[in-house]
Amino acid sequence: MSRPHPSHPAARRSPSGRYSLWRLLREGVRGQRGWSPAWRKATPRERYRVVIVGAGGHGLATAFYLASEHGITDVAVVEKGPIGLGNVARNTAIIRSNYLDPENIRFYEFSLKLWEGLERTLNFNAMVSQRGTLNLFHTEAQRDLFTRRANQMRLLGVDAEEVSRATVRRLVPLADLDNGRYPVLGGLLQRRGGTVRHDAVAWGYARAASAAGVDIIEHCEVTGIRREGARVAGVETVRGFIAADTVCLAVAGHSSVLAAMAGVRLPIETHVLQAFVSEAVKPVLDVVLTYGAGHFYISQSDKGGLVFGGHIDGYNSYAQRGALPMAEEVAAAAVTLLPGVARLRVLRQWGGVMDMTMDGSPIISKTPLPGLILNGGWCYGGFKAIPAGGFTTAHLIARGTPHPVAAHLGLERFAAGRTVDERGVGPFPYLQ
Amino acid sequence: MLRITCPWCGERDEIEFRYRGDASQRRPEDAAAMEAFNAYVYERDNLCGWHTEWWLHVGGCRKLLKVIRHTLTHEIRSVSGAAEAPSRAPQAER
Repeated sequence: MSRPHPSHPAARRSPSGRYSLWRLLREGVRGQRGWSPAWRKATPRERYRVVIVGAGGHGLATAFYLASEHGITDVAVVEKGPIGLGNVARNTAIIRSNYLDPENIRFYEFSLKLWEGLERTLNFNAMVSQRGTLNLFHTEAQRDLFTRRANQMRLLGVDAEEVSRATVRRLVPLADLDNGRYPVLGGLLQRRGGTVRHDAVAWGYARAASAAGVDIIEHCEVTGIRREGARVAGVETVRGFIAADTVCLAVAGHSSVLAAMAGVRLPIETHVLQAFVSEAVKPVLDVVLTYGAGHFYISQSDKGGLVFGGHIDGYNSYAQRGALPMAEEVAAAAVTLLPGVARLRVLRQWGGVMDMTMDGSPIISKTPLPGLILNGGWCYGGFKAIPAGGFTTAHLIARGTPHPVAAHLGLERFAAGRTVDERGVGPFPYLQ
Repeated sequence: MLRITCPWCGERDEIEFRYRGDASQRRPEDAAAMEAFNAYVYERDNLCGWHTEWWLHVGGCRKLLKVIRHTLTHEIRSVSGAAEAPSRAPQAER
Protein backbone atom coordinates (compact mmCIF):
# COMPACT_ATOMS: atom_id res chain seq x y z
CA MET A 1 0.00 0.00 0.00
CA SER A 2 1.61 3.24 -1.10
CA ARG A 3 1.45 6.41 0.91
CA PRO A 4 1.62 9.93 -0.42
CA HIS A 5 5.02 11.47 0.03
CA PRO A 6 5.23 13.19 3.42
CA SER A 7 6.19 16.56 2.02
CA HIS A 8 4.20 16.55 -1.17
CA PRO A 9 4.78 19.54 -3.47
CA ALA A 10 1.04 20.24 -3.32
CA ALA A 11 1.41 21.37 0.25
CA ARG A 12 4.70 23.19 -0.33
CA ARG A 13 3.42 25.29 -3.22
CA SER A 14 0.42 26.61 -1.33
CA PRO A 15 -0.16 30.33 -1.96
CA SER A 16 -0.82 30.58 1.76
CA GLY A 17 2.82 29.60 2.26
CA ARG A 18 4.24 26.78 4.29
CA TYR A 19 2.95 26.58 7.85
CA SER A 20 5.64 26.07 10.49
CA LEU A 21 6.56 26.94 14.05
CA TRP A 22 8.97 29.57 12.69
CA ARG A 23 6.15 31.17 10.67
CA LEU A 24 3.87 31.14 13.71
CA LEU A 25 6.49 32.91 15.83
CA ARG A 26 7.23 35.44 13.08
CA GLU A 27 3.55 36.27 12.61
CA GLY A 28 3.17 36.47 16.38
CA VAL A 29 5.59 39.38 16.58
CA ARG A 30 4.35 41.01 13.34
CA GLY A 31 0.73 41.29 14.43
CA GLN A 32 -0.54 38.30 12.37
CA ARG A 33 -0.65 40.42 9.21
CA GLY A 34 1.23 38.01 6.95
CA TRP A 35 -1.40 35.30 6.58
CA SER A 36 -3.35 34.84 3.36
CA PRO A 37 -6.46 32.71 2.63
CA ALA A 38 -5.72 28.98 2.78
CA TRP A 39 -7.50 28.15 -0.50
CA ARG A 40 -8.66 29.97 -3.63
CA LYS A 41 -12.33 30.82 -4.08
CA ALA A 42 -12.69 29.56 -7.65
CA THR A 43 -15.38 30.40 -10.19
CA PRO A 44 -16.61 27.55 -12.37
CA ARG A 45 -15.08 26.95 -15.81
CA GLU A 46 -17.11 25.40 -18.64
CA ARG A 47 -15.45 22.01 -18.58
CA TYR A 48 -13.38 19.83 -16.25
CA ARG A 49 -12.01 16.34 -16.51
CA VAL A 50 -13.51 15.51 -13.11
CA VAL A 51 -16.30 17.24 -11.19
CA ILE A 52 -16.71 16.15 -7.57
CA VAL A 53 -20.04 17.01 -5.99
CA GLY A 54 -19.70 17.77 -2.28
CA ALA A 55 -16.80 19.61 -0.59
CA GLY A 56 -16.82 17.61 2.61
CA GLY A 57 -14.09 15.31 3.87
CA HIS A 58 -14.43 12.65 1.17
CA GLY A 59 -14.92 15.05 -1.75
CA LEU A 60 -11.93 17.22 -0.84
CA ALA A 61 -9.75 14.19 -0.04
CA THR A 62 -10.66 12.65 -3.42
CA ALA A 63 -9.66 15.89 -5.16
CA PHE A 64 -6.37 16.04 -3.25
CA TYR A 65 -5.40 12.44 -4.03
CA LEU A 66 -6.40 12.84 -7.70
CA ALA A 67 -3.82 15.63 -7.85
CA SER A 68 -1.12 14.13 -5.63
CA GLU A 69 -1.30 10.44 -6.60
CA HIS A 70 -2.47 10.59 -10.20
CA GLY A 71 -1.43 14.05 -11.44
CA ILE A 72 -5.03 14.91 -12.35
CA THR A 73 -5.56 18.59 -11.49
CA ASP A 74 -8.31 19.45 -13.98
CA VAL A 75 -10.76 18.95 -11.16
CA ALA A 76 -13.60 20.99 -9.63
CA VAL A 77 -15.20 20.35 -6.27
CA VAL A 78 -18.67 21.94 -6.21
CA GLU A 79 -20.45 22.56 -2.93
CA LYS A 80 -23.97 23.73 -2.10
CA GLY A 81 -22.84 26.00 0.77
CA PRO A 82 -19.44 26.76 2.27
CA ILE A 83 -17.00 23.83 2.47
CA GLY A 84 -16.89 21.39 5.34
CA LEU A 85 -20.25 22.16 6.95
CA GLY A 86 -21.92 18.83 6.27
CA ASN A 87 -21.12 15.55 7.98
CA VAL A 88 -17.40 16.34 8.30
CA ALA A 89 -18.48 18.95 10.85
CA ARG A 90 -21.23 16.80 12.38
CA ASN A 91 -19.46 13.76 13.77
CA THR A 92 -17.66 12.74 16.95
CA ALA A 93 -14.24 12.84 15.21
CA ILE A 94 -13.18 9.30 16.14
CA ILE A 95 -10.59 7.30 14.17
CA ARG A 96 -10.00 3.55 14.62
CA SER A 97 -9.73 0.33 12.63
CA ASN A 98 -11.17 -2.22 15.10
CA TYR A 99 -13.57 -3.91 12.70
CA LEU A 100 -14.47 -7.60 12.45
CA ASP A 101 -14.82 -8.22 8.72
CA PRO A 102 -11.28 -8.76 7.30
CA GLU A 103 -11.97 -6.63 4.22
CA ASN A 104 -13.22 -3.78 6.41
CA ILE A 105 -10.22 -4.11 8.76
CA ARG A 106 -7.86 -3.72 5.78
CA PHE A 107 -9.76 -0.71 4.48
CA TYR A 108 -9.99 1.13 7.81
CA GLU A 109 -6.39 0.22 8.72
CA PHE A 110 -5.27 1.77 5.43
CA SER A 111 -7.19 4.87 6.52
CA LEU A 112 -5.61 4.88 9.98
CA LYS A 113 -2.13 4.69 8.42
CA LEU A 114 -2.96 7.67 6.22
CA TRP A 115 -4.20 9.57 9.30
CA GLU A 116 -0.85 8.88 10.97
CA GLY A 117 1.00 10.77 8.24
CA LEU A 118 -1.73 13.23 7.28
CA GLU A 119 -0.43 16.37 8.92
CA ARG A 120 2.97 16.09 7.21
CA THR A 121 1.27 15.26 3.90
CA LEU A 122 -1.02 18.29 4.08
CA ASN A 123 1.23 20.64 6.10
CA PHE A 124 -1.82 21.33 8.25
CA ASN A 125 -2.35 20.68 11.93
CA ALA A 126 -5.36 18.35 12.11
CA MET A 127 -4.60 17.52 15.76
CA VAL A 128 -4.50 13.78 15.14
CA SER A 129 -4.46 12.40 18.68
CA GLN A 130 -3.85 8.66 19.05
CA ARG A 131 -5.14 8.43 22.58
CA GLY A 132 -6.55 4.93 22.11
CA THR A 133 -10.04 3.53 21.68
CA LEU A 134 -11.34 1.26 24.41
CA ASN A 135 -14.42 -0.93 23.80
CA LEU A 136 -15.86 -2.38 26.98
CA PHE A 137 -17.42 -5.83 27.36
CA HIS A 138 -19.87 -6.84 30.04
CA THR A 139 -20.59 -10.56 29.61
CA GLU A 140 -18.55 -13.71 28.98
CA ALA A 141 -20.19 -14.09 25.56
CA GLN A 142 -19.18 -10.56 24.67
CA ARG A 143 -15.63 -11.31 25.83
CA ASP A 144 -15.52 -14.19 23.33
CA LEU A 145 -16.72 -11.90 20.53
CA PHE A 146 -14.11 -9.29 21.39
CA THR A 147 -11.38 -11.92 21.61
CA ARG A 148 -12.36 -13.07 18.14
CA ARG A 149 -12.28 -9.48 16.91
CA ALA A 150 -8.88 -8.84 18.49
CA ASN A 151 -7.48 -12.04 16.96
CA GLN A 152 -8.89 -11.13 13.57
CA MET A 153 -7.24 -7.71 13.81
CA ARG A 154 -3.88 -9.12 14.91
CA LEU A 155 -3.92 -11.68 12.11
CA LEU A 156 -4.02 -8.73 9.72
CA GLY A 157 -1.20 -6.91 11.51
CA VAL A 158 -3.41 -4.38 13.31
CA ASP A 159 -2.78 -3.52 16.97
CA ALA A 160 -5.38 -4.89 19.38
CA GLU A 161 -5.08 -5.65 23.09
CA GLU A 162 -7.56 -7.35 25.34
CA VAL A 163 -7.29 -5.54 28.66
CA SER A 164 -8.39 -6.59 32.13
CA ARG A 165 -10.85 -4.92 34.45
CA ALA A 166 -7.93 -3.55 36.48
CA THR A 167 -6.50 -1.89 33.37
CA VAL A 168 -9.90 -0.42 32.50
CA ARG A 169 -10.08 0.97 36.04
CA ARG A 170 -6.67 2.58 35.60
CA LEU A 171 -7.47 3.97 32.13
CA VAL A 172 -10.94 5.26 33.01
CA PRO A 173 -11.22 6.00 36.74
CA LEU A 174 -14.50 7.75 36.03
CA ALA A 175 -16.30 4.58 34.91
CA ASP A 176 -18.56 2.54 37.20
CA LEU A 177 -17.29 -1.00 36.65
CA ASP A 178 -19.64 -2.58 39.16
CA ASN A 179 -23.02 -1.81 37.66
CA GLY A 180 -25.41 -4.48 38.97
CA ARG A 181 -26.74 -5.42 35.58
CA TYR A 182 -23.82 -4.65 33.26
CA PRO A 183 -20.56 -4.99 35.22
CA VAL A 184 -17.46 -4.21 33.16
CA LEU A 185 -15.38 -7.37 32.69
CA GLY A 186 -12.67 -5.86 30.50
CA GLY A 187 -12.09 -4.19 27.19
CA LEU A 188 -10.60 -4.24 23.73
CA LEU A 189 -7.97 -1.52 23.40
CA GLN A 190 -6.64 -0.20 20.13
CA ARG A 191 -3.91 2.22 21.19
CA ARG A 192 -3.53 3.71 17.70
CA GLY A 193 -7.17 4.79 17.63
CA GLY A 194 -8.11 8.29 18.74
CA THR A 195 -9.59 11.58 17.61
CA VAL A 196 -8.92 14.29 15.03
CA ARG A 197 -9.99 17.93 14.86
CA HIS A 198 -12.65 17.38 12.22
CA ASP A 199 -12.91 20.89 10.70
CA ALA A 200 -9.17 20.92 10.11
CA VAL A 201 -9.51 17.80 7.97
CA ALA A 202 -11.75 19.65 5.49
CA TRP A 203 -9.59 22.78 5.62
CA GLY A 204 -6.31 20.89 5.28
CA TYR A 205 -7.44 18.87 2.28
CA ALA A 206 -9.02 21.99 0.70
CA ARG A 207 -5.80 23.97 1.09
CA ALA A 208 -3.61 21.22 -0.33
CA ALA A 209 -6.01 20.43 -3.21
CA SER A 210 -6.40 24.11 -4.08
CA ALA A 211 -2.62 24.58 -4.07
CA ALA A 212 -2.32 21.68 -6.52
CA GLY A 213 -4.69 23.43 -8.94
CA VAL A 214 -8.09 22.02 -7.99
CA ASP A 215 -11.01 24.50 -8.19
CA ILE A 216 -13.12 24.57 -5.03
CA ILE A 217 -16.42 26.20 -5.93
CA GLU A 218 -18.66 27.13 -3.03
CA HIS A 219 -22.35 28.10 -3.21
CA CYS A 220 -22.75 26.03 -6.36
CA GLU A 221 -25.65 23.64 -5.72
CA VAL A 222 -26.09 20.83 -8.21
CA THR A 223 -29.66 20.78 -9.57
CA GLY A 224 -29.33 18.08 -12.20
CA ILE A 225 -27.01 15.55 -13.78
CA ARG A 226 -26.91 15.72 -17.57
CA ARG A 227 -26.31 12.62 -19.65
CA GLU A 228 -25.38 12.39 -23.31
CA GLY A 229 -26.29 9.08 -24.85
CA ALA A 230 -25.32 6.40 -22.37
CA ARG A 231 -22.70 8.53 -20.52
CA VAL A 232 -22.66 11.30 -17.98
CA ALA A 233 -22.00 14.70 -19.57
CA GLY A 234 -21.79 17.04 -16.60
CA VAL A 235 -23.77 18.72 -13.85
CA GLU A 236 -26.42 21.43 -13.95
CA THR A 237 -25.78 23.89 -11.13
CA VAL A 238 -27.26 27.14 -9.86
CA ARG A 239 -24.23 28.78 -11.51
CA GLY A 240 -24.78 27.12 -14.88
CA PHE A 241 -23.87 23.87 -16.61
CA ILE A 242 -20.41 22.39 -15.96
CA ALA A 243 -19.28 19.70 -18.40
CA ALA A 244 -17.19 16.80 -17.11
CA ASP A 245 -15.83 13.46 -18.30
CA THR A 246 -16.37 12.02 -14.83
CA VAL A 247 -18.79 13.11 -12.13
CA CYS A 248 -18.16 11.84 -8.61
CA LEU A 249 -20.82 12.08 -5.93
CA ALA A 250 -19.41 12.57 -2.42
CA VAL A 251 -22.56 13.75 -0.70
CA ALA A 252 -23.21 11.05 1.92
CA GLY A 253 -26.59 11.68 3.53
CA HIS A 254 -27.97 12.92 0.20
CA SER A 255 -26.51 10.29 -2.17
CA SER A 256 -30.00 9.00 -3.09
CA VAL A 257 -31.20 12.51 -3.97
CA LEU A 258 -28.23 13.19 -6.28
CA ALA A 259 -28.25 9.67 -7.77
CA ALA A 260 -31.97 10.06 -8.55
CA MET A 261 -31.02 13.03 -10.77
CA ALA A 262 -29.09 10.52 -12.86
CA GLY A 263 -31.92 7.96 -12.74
CA VAL A 264 -29.97 5.67 -10.39
CA ARG A 265 -31.63 4.00 -7.38
CA LEU A 266 -29.34 3.10 -4.47
CA PRO A 267 -29.46 0.52 -1.64
CA ILE A 268 -29.51 3.37 0.88
CA GLU A 269 -31.87 4.96 3.39
CA THR A 270 -31.12 8.34 4.96
CA HIS A 271 -31.24 8.44 8.75
CA VAL A 272 -30.36 11.04 11.36
CA LEU A 273 -27.64 10.52 13.97
CA GLN A 274 -27.23 12.84 16.93
CA ALA A 275 -24.18 13.91 18.88
CA PHE A 276 -23.74 15.91 22.05
CA VAL A 277 -21.11 18.05 23.78
CA SER A 278 -21.05 18.82 27.49
CA GLU A 279 -19.67 21.94 29.12
CA ALA A 280 -15.88 21.94 29.38
CA VAL A 281 -14.25 20.33 32.40
CA LYS A 282 -10.68 19.50 33.42
CA PRO A 283 -9.15 16.37 31.81
CA VAL A 284 -11.14 13.35 33.00
CA LEU A 285 -11.06 10.98 30.04
CA ASP A 286 -8.03 10.38 27.84
CA VAL A 287 -9.26 7.50 25.69
CA VAL A 288 -12.19 7.12 23.33
CA LEU A 289 -14.53 4.92 25.34
CA THR A 290 -17.39 2.79 24.01
CA TYR A 291 -20.02 1.08 26.08
CA GLY A 292 -20.79 -2.56 25.33
CA ALA A 293 -24.23 -2.74 26.91
CA GLY A 294 -25.76 -0.08 24.72
CA HIS A 295 -24.82 2.02 21.74
CA PHE A 296 -22.73 4.80 23.31
CA TYR A 297 -19.28 6.32 22.73
CA ILE A 298 -17.54 9.21 24.42
CA SER A 299 -14.29 11.13 24.32
CA GLN A 300 -13.03 14.43 25.70
CA SER A 301 -12.17 17.22 23.31
CA ASP A 302 -9.03 19.31 23.71
CA LYS A 303 -11.25 22.17 24.87
CA GLY A 304 -12.53 19.97 27.69
CA GLY A 305 -16.06 19.19 26.55
CA LEU A 306 -17.19 15.57 26.62
CA VAL A 307 -18.20 14.60 23.08
CA PHE A 308 -20.62 11.68 22.91
CA GLY A 309 -23.27 9.99 20.83
CA GLY A 310 -25.39 6.90 20.37
CA HIS A 311 -27.45 5.20 17.72
CA ILE A 312 -29.42 6.61 14.77
CA ASP A 313 -32.93 7.83 15.57
CA GLY A 314 -34.25 4.93 13.52
CA TYR A 315 -36.53 6.26 10.78
CA ASN A 316 -35.89 7.89 7.38
CA SER A 317 -35.03 11.54 7.91
CA TYR A 318 -33.27 14.33 6.07
CA ALA A 319 -33.73 16.71 9.02
CA GLN A 320 -30.33 17.65 10.45
CA ARG A 321 -31.66 17.50 13.98
CA GLY A 322 -32.56 14.67 16.33
CA ALA A 323 -35.53 13.72 18.49
CA LEU A 324 -35.72 13.37 22.26
CA PRO A 325 -36.16 9.58 22.68
CA MET A 326 -32.62 8.91 21.42
CA ALA A 327 -31.26 11.84 23.44
CA GLU A 328 -32.77 10.21 26.53
CA GLU A 329 -31.29 6.81 25.66
CA VAL A 330 -27.83 8.31 25.13
CA ALA A 331 -28.05 10.22 28.42
CA ALA A 332 -29.13 7.03 30.21
CA ALA A 333 -26.13 5.13 28.83
CA ALA A 334 -23.82 8.00 29.78
CA VAL A 335 -24.85 8.08 33.44
CA THR A 336 -24.93 4.28 33.72
CA LEU A 337 -21.33 3.98 32.56
CA LEU A 338 -19.98 7.26 33.93
CA PRO A 339 -22.20 8.29 36.86
CA GLY A 340 -20.18 11.48 37.40
CA VAL A 341 -21.30 13.01 34.10
CA ALA A 342 -24.85 13.31 35.48
CA ARG A 343 -23.65 16.57 37.05
CA LEU A 344 -22.59 18.06 33.73
CA ARG A 345 -24.83 20.07 31.46
CA VAL A 346 -25.15 19.41 27.74
CA LEU A 347 -23.84 22.46 25.93
CA ARG A 348 -24.74 21.57 22.36
CA GLN A 349 -26.59 18.86 20.48
CA TRP A 350 -26.82 18.37 16.73
CA GLY A 351 -27.87 15.87 14.10
CA GLY A 352 -26.33 14.79 10.84
CA VAL A 353 -27.98 12.76 8.10
CA MET A 354 -26.39 9.44 7.18
CA ASP A 355 -26.48 7.24 4.11
CA MET A 356 -27.44 3.98 5.85
CA THR A 357 -26.71 1.12 3.45
CA MET A 358 -28.40 -2.25 3.37
CA ASP A 359 -25.37 -4.05 4.82
CA GLY A 360 -23.88 -1.35 7.02
CA SER A 361 -20.77 -0.95 4.84
CA PRO A 362 -19.93 1.95 2.52
CA ILE A 363 -20.03 2.18 -1.27
CA ILE A 364 -17.09 3.29 -3.45
CA SER A 365 -18.16 2.30 -6.89
CA LYS A 366 -18.98 2.90 -10.49
CA THR A 367 -22.73 3.21 -11.06
CA PRO A 368 -25.07 1.96 -13.80
CA LEU A 369 -24.48 5.34 -15.53
CA PRO A 370 -20.98 5.26 -17.11
CA GLY A 371 -18.83 8.16 -15.92
CA LEU A 372 -20.76 8.57 -12.66
CA ILE A 373 -18.77 7.48 -9.59
CA LEU A 374 -20.25 7.13 -6.12
CA ASN A 375 -18.46 7.68 -2.81
CA GLY A 376 -21.22 7.27 -0.22
CA GLY A 377 -23.13 4.93 2.03
CA TRP A 378 -20.85 5.78 4.94
CA CYS A 379 -23.49 4.90 7.55
CA TYR A 380 -22.19 6.53 10.75
CA GLY A 381 -18.54 5.66 10.06
CA GLY A 382 -17.52 8.07 7.34
CA PHE A 383 -15.22 10.36 9.29
CA LYS A 384 -12.52 7.83 10.13
CA ALA A 385 -12.57 6.68 6.50
CA ILE A 386 -11.90 10.08 4.92
CA PRO A 387 -8.25 9.53 3.89
CA ALA A 388 -8.84 5.99 2.58
CA GLY A 389 -12.17 6.96 1.01
CA GLY A 390 -10.56 9.83 -0.86
CA PHE A 391 -7.49 7.78 -1.79
CA THR A 392 -9.45 4.83 -3.17
CA THR A 393 -12.10 6.97 -4.90
CA ALA A 394 -9.33 8.90 -6.65
CA HIS A 395 -7.83 5.56 -7.71
CA LEU A 396 -11.18 4.42 -9.12
CA ILE A 397 -11.63 7.67 -11.06
CA ALA A 398 -8.07 7.76 -12.40
CA ARG A 399 -7.53 4.08 -13.20
CA GLY A 400 -11.08 2.91 -13.84
CA THR A 401 -10.60 -0.06 -11.54
CA PRO A 402 -11.23 -0.28 -7.79
CA HIS A 403 -8.28 0.10 -5.42
CA PRO A 404 -7.46 -3.31 -3.84
CA VAL A 405 -8.46 -2.26 -0.31
CA ALA A 406 -11.84 -0.95 -1.50
CA ALA A 407 -12.63 -3.62 -4.10
CA HIS A 408 -15.26 -5.15 -1.80
CA LEU A 409 -17.24 -1.88 -1.64
CA GLY A 410 -18.75 -1.99 -5.14
CA LEU A 411 -22.48 -1.47 -5.74
CA GLU A 412 -22.69 -4.80 -7.54
CA ARG A 413 -22.12 -6.69 -4.29
CA PHE A 414 -25.82 -6.49 -3.39
CA ALA A 415 -27.17 -8.16 -6.53
CA ALA A 416 -24.28 -10.64 -6.45
CA GLY A 417 -25.02 -11.71 -2.86
CA ARG A 418 -21.60 -10.55 -1.60
CA THR A 419 -22.80 -8.02 0.96
CA VAL A 420 -20.23 -6.90 3.56
CA ASP A 421 -22.54 -7.47 6.47
CA GLU A 422 -20.44 -6.03 9.32
CA ARG A 423 -23.27 -6.35 11.85
CA GLY A 424 -24.98 -9.36 10.36
CA VAL A 425 -28.55 -8.05 10.54
CA GLY A 426 -29.55 -8.21 6.89
CA PRO A 427 -31.07 -5.55 4.61
CA PHE A 428 -32.57 -3.32 7.32
CA PRO A 429 -30.75 0.03 7.42
CA TYR A 430 -32.66 1.17 10.51
CA LEU A 431 -31.12 -1.77 12.41
CA GLN A 432 -27.55 -1.32 11.15
CA MET B 1 -40.35 13.99 18.39
CA LEU B 2 -43.13 12.29 16.44
CA ARG B 3 -46.73 11.98 17.60
CA ILE B 4 -48.52 9.31 15.59
CA THR B 5 -52.31 9.12 15.66
CA CYS B 6 -53.07 5.41 15.66
CA PRO B 7 -56.53 4.76 14.14
CA TRP B 8 -57.24 2.34 17.03
CA CYS B 9 -55.49 3.93 20.03
CA GLY B 10 -55.39 7.67 19.29
CA GLU B 11 -52.43 10.04 19.38
CA ARG B 12 -49.35 8.39 20.87
CA ASP B 13 -45.67 9.16 21.30
CA GLU B 14 -43.15 7.69 18.81
CA ILE B 15 -41.55 5.53 21.51
CA GLU B 16 -44.62 3.24 21.38
CA PHE B 17 -43.91 2.43 17.74
CA ARG B 18 -41.27 0.51 15.86
CA TYR B 19 -40.24 1.68 12.41
CA ARG B 20 -40.50 -0.98 9.68
CA GLY B 21 -39.29 0.88 6.60
CA ASP B 22 -40.55 1.96 3.18
CA ALA B 23 -44.14 0.83 2.55
CA SER B 24 -44.06 1.46 -1.18
CA GLN B 25 -41.87 -1.57 -1.94
CA ARG B 26 -43.82 -4.28 -3.80
CA ARG B 27 -42.68 -7.89 -3.89
CA PRO B 28 -42.21 -9.02 -7.50
CA GLU B 29 -43.95 -12.07 -8.92
CA ASP B 30 -42.16 -15.34 -8.12
CA ALA B 31 -41.09 -15.72 -11.75
CA ALA B 32 -39.67 -12.20 -11.98
CA ALA B 33 -36.05 -11.59 -12.96
CA MET B 34 -33.27 -11.41 -10.37
CA GLU B 35 -32.91 -7.64 -10.97
CA ALA B 36 -36.49 -7.16 -9.79
CA PHE B 37 -35.74 -9.02 -6.57
CA ASN B 38 -32.53 -7.05 -6.09
CA ALA B 39 -34.51 -3.83 -6.44
CA TYR B 40 -37.14 -5.11 -4.00
CA VAL B 41 -34.75 -6.28 -1.29
CA TYR B 42 -32.06 -3.59 -1.50
CA GLU B 43 -32.95 -0.51 -3.51
CA ARG B 44 -35.03 2.35 -2.10
CA ASP B 45 -36.36 5.65 -3.46
CA ASN B 46 -35.22 7.20 -0.14
CA LEU B 47 -37.24 10.34 -0.82
CA CYS B 48 -36.46 13.71 0.66
CA GLY B 49 -40.14 14.62 0.90
CA TRP B 50 -43.40 12.71 1.44
CA HIS B 51 -42.60 9.12 2.32
CA THR B 52 -44.99 6.17 2.77
CA GLU B 53 -43.73 3.91 5.55
CA TRP B 54 -44.64 1.12 7.94
CA TRP B 55 -44.86 1.66 11.70
CA LEU B 56 -45.72 -1.20 14.07
CA HIS B 57 -47.64 -0.07 17.16
CA VAL B 58 -45.63 -2.48 19.29
CA GLY B 59 -46.37 -0.70 22.58
CA GLY B 60 -50.10 -0.45 21.88
CA CYS B 61 -52.53 -2.40 19.71
CA ARG B 62 -49.69 -4.18 17.81
CA LYS B 63 -51.28 -3.27 14.46
CA LEU B 64 -49.08 -2.46 11.49
CA LEU B 65 -49.79 1.08 10.28
CA LYS B 66 -49.15 2.82 6.99
CA VAL B 67 -47.96 6.38 7.66
CA ILE B 68 -47.31 9.19 5.17
CA ARG B 69 -44.64 11.45 6.69
CA HIS B 70 -42.38 14.19 5.34
CA THR B 71 -38.75 13.15 5.80
CA LEU B 72 -37.47 16.73 6.03
CA THR B 73 -40.11 18.34 8.28
CA HIS B 74 -41.36 15.12 9.97
CA GLU B 75 -44.96 16.31 9.43
CA ILE B 76 -47.40 13.40 9.34
CA ARG B 77 -50.15 13.64 6.75
CA SER B 78 -51.96 10.36 7.07
CA VAL B 79 -52.09 7.23 9.25
CA SER B 80 -54.10 4.19 8.19
CA GLY B 81 -54.30 0.45 8.67
CA ALA B 82 -51.90 -1.68 6.66
CA ALA B 83 -54.54 -3.02 4.28
CA GLU B 84 -56.31 0.29 3.65
CA ALA B 85 -55.28 2.56 0.83
CA PRO B 86 -54.05 5.76 2.50
CA SER B 87 -55.02 9.15 1.18
CA ARG B 88 -52.26 9.47 -1.41
CA ALA B 89 -49.57 12.06 -1.01
CA PRO B 90 -49.16 14.17 -4.12
CA GLN B 91 -45.94 12.78 -5.64
CA ALA B 92 -44.91 15.99 -7.33
CA GLU B 93 -44.95 17.92 -4.06
CA ARG B 94 -41.76 17.89 -2.06
